[in-house]
Amino acid sequence: MDLPLNVLIISSLIKIVVVVHILLIGVMGMILAERKVSGWIQDRHGPNRVGPWGILQPIADGIKFLLKEDLVPDHVDKPVYLLAPAIILVPALVTCGVVPFGSSITVSGYEIPLQIADINIGVLYILAITSLGVYGVVLGAWASNNKYSLLGGLRSSAQMISYELTLGLSLIGVLILSSSLSLREIAIQQGSYPWTWNFLIHFPAFLAFTTAAFAETNRLPFDLAEAEQELVGGYHTEYSSMKFAMYFMAEYMHMIVGSAVAVTLFFGGWQFFGLETVGGPFWSGLISVGIFFVKTAFFLFVFIWVRWTLPRFRYDQLMNLGWKFLLPITLASIVVTATVWAFTQSKVLVGILNVVVACIVVAIVSTTLVMTREPEPVEDRGILSFTKESSS
Amino acid sequence: MLFNFANVLLFLVVGCLFVTLNLVVSRLLQTRLFTDEKYMPYECGEDPIGDTRIKFNARFYVIALIFLIFDVEIVFLFPWGVVFREIGVLAFVEMLIFIFMLLVGLAYIWVKGDLQWIRSIQSVREEVEQ
Repeated sequence: MDLPLNVLIISSLIKIVVVVHILLIGVMGMILAERKVSGWIQDRHGPNRVGPWGILQPIADGIKFLLKEDLVPDHVDKPVYLLAPAIILVPALVTCGVVPFGSSITVSGYEIPLQIADINIGVLYILAITSLGVYGVVLGAWASNNKYSLLGGLRSSAQMISYELTLGLSLIGVLILSSSLSLREIAIQQGSYPWTWNFLIHFPAFLAFTTAAFAETNRLPFDLAEAEQELVGGYHTEYSSMKFAMYFMAEYMHMIVGSAVAVTLFFGGWQFFGLETVGGPFWSGLISVGIFFVKTAFFLFVFIWVRWTLPRFRYDQLMNLGWKFLLPITLASIVVTATVWAFTQSKVLVGILNVVVACIVVAIVSTTLVMTREPEPVEDRGILSFTKESSS
Repeated sequence: MLFNFANVLLFLVVGCLFVTLNLVVSRLLQTRLFTDEKYMPYECGEDPIGDTRIKFNARFYVIALIFLIFDVEIVFLFPWGVVFREIGVLAFVEMLIFIFMLLVGLAYIWVKGDLQWIRSIQSVREEVEQ
């Protein structure tokens, strides 16, 4: 880097402050958007009382969270109980430190990259830090000393570790083609045309990544950890006031960061053809940020859209999907990508064969599942079968 | 590069400050009213029955073990993927063998029924009898 040290320090401080605020505003926007979009999908208005068009709703929610009584029940494990929301919120916040949210911006002669930290292990950093989130869930659930929390925490931890494998494996194909772990490098290599972006080359891996991201954020259709109808609030049943708000914020931040990472790795980051050099060195930087936000917003919309489209999975379906479908698909995708890349260096061929092999894997797995399904008579399940046999 | 890692550290500190600030502000603003009922475990208003640390299904433990093994194997795949262009055919073949071993492991736990979340009592009983 050839920038003087004081410029570096000032620029990174500004970037950190701006990014934290953008994240918080993004969380507020998501709270509003979630309820508004839910309203539209269900053919109702959504929040429309607080401010014009309900736009102040998230601020009202925030003030309410601040003013509520912060209840620490008697039976909880106090240090862990206090630490758990922080353990989930801080990693959620810190992950976006390595995501490049724009190309670079030229202010008074200095070219400043629009990214807080361009570290050479970006992908590893993101995987490592996001996987810390599971500790927040497990510790919070365990420390709450509540049966609902414990069950929610168990479900959530098993789900998160199952899908973490998919999350990691789905990125290896991308790494093979880009030969770099730096997010900026991966984004730049994809180019600015939509048909050169990674999501076409690694389509099965991209689908697996998105599904795993849904599972990691505990969003519908994978929200068994906090299934309201079964477990009250799941792992945050005993949390109130600001500590509950921290779990809440962490979920939305995970969504935002997950979308941003998906955009960077699979959708070419901030690039879009025809808009690279518009408006000179200053404005083109801002435009690239705008493009990045639009792409991220699209992903966030998909998060809400899926929520109202798919019903909640059953736990065995969730485990089946994770271990028997996504894991073999991503492993096959790695093998195909590596083989084709070693011999032909053709991205088109990699893309086509990835889809073909993924279809074959799904066909094999689903055939195996159907063939080996054991016929289960209804009366042979559960406690009834025991009583019947013992009486006979 | 070191400067970038310093940025990450700085961001971490900002994150911790943010959390602390939130908790402190909320603590200063809120009102507190103590009643005994509030400090009970929340189980929909019923008096809780029995201990919370219940025995849970051992399958969660098995899943965690399988995850550990697979995750360690993924760790080996990452550096391989990054230097894939430079290492040539030998490492490529070696990694294919490695992934094949992963698949055998997956097939093994699959056949053993560890991935099967709902099992009929009949199949469990047969297993116990063996």
